[in-house]
Amino acid sequence: MNEPLFVDAASGSARRQYPGRPSAVYLMGTCLVDGFYADAGLDAIRLLQAEGLEVIFPQSQTCCGQPAYNSGYDDEARRVARQQLQAFAADIPLVVMMGSCTGMMIKEYPQLFAGQPEEQQALDLAARTFELGEFLVNVLQLHTRLAEAQDQSAMRLALHVSCSSRRSLGVAEDHQTLMQNLPGVHLVEPQRASECCGFGGTFAVKQADISATMAADKASAIADTGAQRLVSADCGCLMNISGTMKKQGKGIASQHLASLLYQRLHGQGGQA
Amino acid sequence: MSTQTREQMQQQLDQEQHDFSDMQSRHFSVRARMALENEALRKSFRGASDFLMNKRRSVFSDDNALQSLRDRGEAIRQYSLSKLPQLLETLEKNLTANGIQVHWAETATEACEIIHGILADNNARTVVKGKSMVTEEIELNHYLEEKGIECLESDMGEYLVQLAGETPSHIIMPAIHKNTAQIARLMHGRAQSSSGEPVPYTEDVDELIGNARAILREKFEKADAGISGVNMAVANTGTLCLVENEGNGRMTTTVPDLHIAVTGIEKVVEDFSHVPELLTLLTRSATGQKISTYFNMISAPRKAGELDGPQQVHLVLVDNGRSKIFSHPTLKPTLQCIRCGACMNHCPVYARIGGHAYGSTYPGPIGQVVTPQIGGLEKHGDMVSACSLNGACGEACPVRIPLPALIRELRHEANRIPTRDDSAVSGQGVKRSASEALIWRGWALAHSSPWLFRTMMWLLTRSRPLFRTALVTRLLSPWTDSRTTPLPQTKTLHELARAHGVASELKSHNETGAQR
Repeated sequence: MNEPLFVDAASGSARRQYPGRPSAVYLMGTCLVDGFYADAGLDAIRLLQAEGLEVIFPQSQTCCGQPAYNSGYDDEARRVARQQLQAFAADIPLVVMMGSCTGMMIKEYPQLFAGQPEEQQALDLAARTFELGEFLVNVLQLHTRLAEAQDQSAMRLALHVSCSSRRSLGVAEDHQTLMQNLPGVHLVEPQRASECCGFGGTFAVKQADISATMAADKASAIADTGAQRLVSADCGCLMNISGTMKKQGKGIASQHLASLLYQRLHGQGGQA
Repeated sequence: MSTQTREQMQQQLDQEQHDFSDMQSRHFSVRARMALENEALRKSFRGASDFLMNKRRSVFSDDNALQSLRDRGEAIRQYSLSKLPQLLETLEKNLTANGIQVHWAETATEACEIIHGILADNNARTVVKGKSMVTEEIELNHYLEEKGIECLESDMGEYLVQLAGETPSHIIMPAIHKNTAQIARLMHGRAQSSSGEPVPYTEDVDELIGNARAILREKFEKADAGISGVNMAVANTGTLCLVENEGNGRMTTTVPDLHIAVTGIEKVVEDFSHVPELLTLLTRSATGQKISTYFNMISAPRKAGELDGPQQVHLVLVDNGRSKIFSHPTLKPTLQCIRCGACMNHCPVYARIGGHAYGSTYPGPIGQVVTPQIGGLEKHGDMVSACSLNGACGEACPVRIPLPALIRELRHEANRIPTRDDSAVSGQGVKRSASEALIWRGWALAHSSPWLFRTMMWLLTRSRPLFRTALVTRLLSPWTDSRTTPLPQTKTLHELARAHGVASELKSHNETGAQR
């Protein structure tokens, strides 16, 4: 009478399999980086090049399609996603500079193209797509070589990990590992560190009042740590939190994780 | 001690009740803003969220154990739903054999009519109620009061909410939006003993509860009928399980001669062996308790020779849109819900605006998923945009309902061109506006053409000086209302990459491929 229930023991917390060190990778800057954080994009390219990788930056890349997808416009999202399938067609790892875009490509593309001619292509791309911090730690083991960093000056640093990186991808620890292993960096944790900063793409516009309240709370929590700098690998969060802090007159410098790493490791580049 | 007289308190309570009704009549965004501007309310919800998240964490200290328990919970719920029609038949057969009378209600109105019919057949004029969200959903109290039947909520939180003339703001803690001072005012201003005496003013929590208890106990003794919810209905044995902490559930279901249980059709499980894991997930996720104070298993009315228990037990199985959710290809996991409230406790939006802003029986993430499906996107389409898709709810859900994915799916339903097929959510396409659809079409065009995209980003970076002007700041409102204007960089990454000689294509596939 009581039939056995199937339980997938691997669901949830299981980590993905990582490939060995490749000789070439694609870099996806994302649309936000392209217009507003291009310097950080260049730092990511240099960081990967300094690791001995050939970086391919397809000029045909645009946006992952997430803004339309999260707003419920699936056809429009699919159209834009299709362009990325073409741009990143070769079988080499794709490193993406934002967690939410990575999540879109790993978790949502297979859904978006389910039953479509591009389904297999989407699945293949998802399997070789990595968030930048995740790639640096799990594929390149960069965290084991940070002791050689050129800039080891003392810095009190707050790290914000996006909700996509934390929950959809489960790579929050990788970001923390990178920061903790940087000589001279004193990592501080803001109150309610895992809570959303209120960005959420079009949410910030459609529910502007709620978003602003969440951002203000996040900005205060970070300011309260006394951090000299805010670092994140997600430019949506970064723009939201740093814009709110500046409006409040709390001038904490903010920076993409790639810029901080490149700057500390090689003593150059990276705008704060 | 308060400096107000009882009359002043009553005036204030009347004003608050008026404000509540007024708020509920407004549009979602207005309700949200009113909640955000209410400091006391925000403090209540923030405190409650923090408290409940910590409590839950304290009883799930081992993450591996938690994850495997969630896997089990999900599997049990999915298994139950996979056999739902069959389990409901078995449940009806076994309940009937146990002497419990089963009724089926397709709509909220039908459910109210059935319940009223049972009460009328038994000349029941006074009812005590155990906590039940489905009776909130069908607005039973309102219906019965119009028919002249007195309905008294016996759960402390529900009792306070009823006294205030409001609705619950949380599915587990209905009066979580009220602080002690407000409750003290409410009890002194509106509660009465059976002889019509007001209760003395006190801000002592134990005394407040004691005062309410005294009033309720008398009502239990005199009530003609008790109405309760159901947490799990076990098909194989014909048993109704009820989880509670105050003992009011046991009083409601055992003291009056007539007991009517009401539940949604999705609450059925096949076997008793499925109960312990769901129960432990429910209480730990809801209140951070390893087990609730009471766990009632109701299997029959009073039998010959027994000294207590109701003479009649009825179960009303409510559909109210659930069959439609059951048939939906992607929204079906909605029905996995065991109503623990963990999603709202972990939702950063709920923590800011509270339950009433949603304007629905079920607030928070599960409310955003359930409400538009049973009440239609026409009326409840706005709430699906009140989510940053941060995933905290999905991470907390004890039965792994993919809540963020379902909320996104409902946005798609609200914005798509209506398909008019049978499984379509009521109000499909209601939020689709010609202008927004056009914007997204233009957006898709610009982002699917590399040349157009690069041109657009080139223009954006070259208009950098404009971003320092007040005009652009104004154009970027509401973003810039609380943030500085974002400043584009001088060149796009596409340009920088090209200028630094970064290849756009992989030259020879075989030499540079990944070493796997």
